[in-house]
Amino acid sequence: MSVFIGLVRRDLALALLRPGTLALPVVFFVLVAALFPFAVGPDARLLARIAPGVLWVAALLAALLPVETLVEPDRADGTLDQLVVRGLALELVAAARLIAHWLGFALPLLIALPVAAILLQVPMAVLPRLALGLLLGTPALAALALVAASLTAGLRGGGALAGLIVLPLALPVLIFGVGIAAPGALRLLAASSLVAVAIAPFAAGAALRGATR
Amino acid sequence: MTAQHLRVDDLACERGGRRVFEHVGFTLAPGGALQVEGANGAGKSSLLRLLAGLLDPAGGTIDNPFAVAWVGHEVTLKPGMTLLAELHHWARIDRRSAADVDAALARFDLSALRELPCSVLSSGQRRRAALARASLSGAALWLLDEPSVGLDAASRARLATTLADHRGGGGLVVAVTHEPLGLDAPQRLRLGE
Repeated sequence: MSVFIGLVRRDLALALLRPGTLALPVVFFVLVAALFPFAVGPDARLLARIAPGVLWVAALLAALLPVETLVEPDRADGTLDQLVVRGLALELVAAARLIAHWLGFALPLLIALPVAAILLQVPMAVLPRLALGLLLGTPALAALALVAASLTAGLRGGGALAGLIVLPLALPVLIFGVGIAAPGALRLLAASSLVAVAIAPFAAGAALRGATR
Repeated sequence: MTAQHLRVDDLACERGGRRVFEHVGFTLAPGGALQVEGANGAGKSSLLRLLAGLLDPAGGTIDNPFAVAWVGHEVTLKPGMTLLAELHHWARIDRRSAADVDAALARFDLSALRELPCSVLSSGQRRRAALARASLSGAALWLLDEPSVGLDAASRARLATTLADHRGGGGLVVAVTHEPLGLDAPQRLRLGE
């Protein structure tokens, strides 16, 4: 367990070394939200109606940005080899990476959410529900990004391929996240997120084993 | 109870559908050293990865009762981290103390560089850091892939001393190399013949 916590802390420390990499998805998220009023016009009612969908698509696309730096550097520089010869399961390594990645990706996104929401003229009363939705849904986005990153580690153009892997799999999260006001949607969102988080360490671990072979 | 050995029997290796080598076998006792030689592409590094469990054999068996320390081609140091932070990270996983880290740094004459970020280290210094990480791991079996590449004469001497000390304490060394490492009476294995 102490090794696991050590891995999470190490991943967070490495992420903080490159604050730009952490900021990039957040800036992207806000920028996409800022684009929509220009694209569809300043009609406040229309914007407020499409805002949840826009925010979720923006979050989904933002989740793809860190994919190329999530796992590949550790494969290329031998970190994974060093962990494997020490008898650590790659599933454990992947689970630690998932937690660290979620903290580094979702927390800044949640902090930026009010800004993006104001740009889209979202009524303040709706904001807590959107935040709750993102809080529940981002673990799934982080998990899918991790699996895609592990599957494409070492491949040229892996980032683009990762998008093709993540986007279809993220559909349930998108549907329940956008429709969070509907009865039961919150639970279904949480359920889809749980499934993704539960499966991801094993899928990523298996993929990484292939990548280090 | 008899002393444990590293036993490799009738080992075969395939990479990308090509048979790299087969019928490789050896036994290494505690304190022993095996020097693996051979032309480029003969499978030296692959043999090392097989021994480390980083690769699955295409045939044959590996019986390795020892913990492994790995020094591959990559030095595995994160650019923004200090040398000390890097060694501490791996020492924590290996359950070694800060004193072990200090000793390993001194052994490879890295003590003065400990607070420097790894990105400013020279390639020889990085290689020494990778060797220091292996030497402080506490693992009995050291797998070294061309450990002396990029090292100056003084560092080679330190490596030779470290390897001798490790073997003196019952440790095992398997090294891929094109040049003498100063190993005392190593077993030799030539691949690709």
